[in-house]
Amino acid sequence: MGAMSRKEKGLWYLGALFIVLYALLPVAWIVSLSFKAESDLANRSFLPTNATGENYSGIFSGDGAELFLPALRNSVIVCLVATVIAVVLAMFAAYAIARLDFPGKRLVLTSALAVAVFPVITMVTPLFNLWRQIGLYDTIPGLVIPYLALTLPISIWTMSAFFRGIPWDMEQAAQVDGATSWQAFRKVIVPLAAPGVFTTAIIAFFIAWNDFVFGISLTSTSRAQPVPAALSSFTGSSYFVQPTGAISAAAVIVTIPVVLLALVFQRRIVAGLTNGAVKG
Amino acid sequence: MSSTTTARAGATAAGPGGRKGKVRATDRARAEARLGWYLAGPAFVILVGVTGYPILQALYESLFSFRLTAPADREFIGLRNYGVILTDSLWWSAMGNTVLITVVTVAVELVIGFALAMVMHKVLGWLRPVVRTAILVPYAVITVVSAYAWQYAFGLTTGFMNAVLPFVGADFDWFANKWTALTVICLSEIWKTTPFISLLLLAGLAQVPDDMLEAAKVDGATARERLFRVTLPNMKASIMVALLFRALDAFRIFDNVYIMTKGAAGTETLSALAYNQTISRLEIGLGSAVSVLLFLCVLVICFIAIKVFGVDLARARGES
Repeated sequence: MGAMSRKEKGLWYLGALFIVLYALLPVAWIVSLSFKAESDLANRSFLPTNATGENYSGIFSGDGAELFLPALRNSVIVCLVATVIAVVLAMFAAYAIARLDFPGKRLVLTSALAVAVFPVITMVTPLFNLWRQIGLYDTIPGLVIPYLALTLPISIWTMSAFFRGIPWDMEQAAQVDGATSWQAFRKVIVPLAAPGVFTTAIIAFFIAWNDFVFGISLTSTSRAQPVPAALSSFTGSSYFVQPTGAISAAAVIVTIPVVLLALVFQRRIVAGLTNGAVKG
Repeated sequence: MSSTTTARAGATAAGPGGRKGKVRATDRARAEARLGWYLAGPAFVILVGVTGYPILQALYESLFSFRLTAPADREFIGLRNYGVILTDSLWWSAMGNTVLITVVTVAVELVIGFALAMVMHKVLGWLRPVVRTAILVPYAVITVVSAYAWQYAFGLTTGFMNAVLPFVGADFDWFANKWTALTVICLSEIWKTTPFISLLLLAGLAQVPDDMLEAAKVDGATARERLFRVTLPNMKASIMVALLFRALDAFRIFDNVYIMTKGAAGTETLSALAYNQTISRLEIGLGSAVSVLLFLCVLVICFIAIKVFGVDLARARGES
């Protein structure tokens, strides 16, 4: 790239500023909303007149706690379990895809792709019916199983792209240098593969955390309801009060972990989302 | 693990050998195939199981008139559910909304996403990680939260948008009218998913050879010509992939619609329609038929993309 003129450089910096505003303004808005007092919610301005923490105390110890805390627990459990299962299964599959030559390799990748674009609502009707018959409706396993349809395809794709970039020959080289095959695998391959596995886990977790369709359709009580579904069933302190403040506070709480992950692992996530994604 | 490496090395070593070598090679190929399926099999079985079973079940259920509130009245009616749906204006209105949302959001996202990718590509120094981190924020924020943020921003009592925007009155209700409600739904969808598109396009931008751009510049091409004659043609593959992925994702839009309007004011989409039939009205037969039709729509989009536009997803994802 040639040297940029000062004017051109300024233009790109302006663009950068735009990106930051674009990304952060809606988040800032919901944060601001979460600090508004009930009487302040309709003040028609971006910022609260008096910041208050009452919405947060409401969802952690007040009326909303009964709904929010179990939902938070359910979300964490369901998403972690669905992510771990998907990543472990995908790790074996991706290893086979990256390293072995076997008939049906393309079939595995194509089905992963097909499942990734599958309209999830199509799974809801039959699962809703079946889960009610076999007692999986409104249970944690009843959510983990359909969540695999969200986490597994992306894990297979992302990890096989990562694994394809690993210089596997180094394993043999280590063996030639006298390492046992286990040592070669542990000392050479594991450190090379670990970042890919880890990044895949984060991306899969994001996707599971984002789910709303299964959460709203396959659960009904705090036994298994995850946060996004619980948000939509929040009620105000009385019938006539909109639960805007409580929803905003809960929304901020569920946003914090994913935004932190995004901030800390920015480089890896960008690589994971684009790695092998496009090769013209 | 290492046994395959040695097995492979052995196979190539024995490759050009005589008859005996050939037999050993196929044995090894067979062993490799078996190992491949042992490793990839469980993931494959689950993939097929969690989606294949429901779609077959939906196909079967769609042939019955069956409402959960009246299980005794379950009756085989062939394709009549499909007849009911396809002659109902609700289906066509939902189809219209879904197609509209898909076309508008994907078109807008491609343009904004490309602009954002350009900025991320060009900005250097300490700003680079800052913009790349910022862009991940909407990607990480869950759709439901985005839906609430946009709904409240435009809301009649909670919002500040009516006060900020010059062309609407203070008591303008965005969610009472189909077109304004769809606008806000699209805004939330666009905000949340543009980062994904722009990251895919950023990867495409990185593939455009710099010397080609330099050469065009030396030959006197303007910035505009360089963009349309060099950059964009070289990114065709990544644009197509981003387009197809996003179109299929937008086509199943549900979260934003459900949170903001629940399908009121004529904003129902196909996914919302399927949900309402099954979960709200407990019409398993009709809901299944809507689900099957939605699935067929996705198949048609894929077919058009792959056959007509020649999108090679496998190659585009780096596998060939």
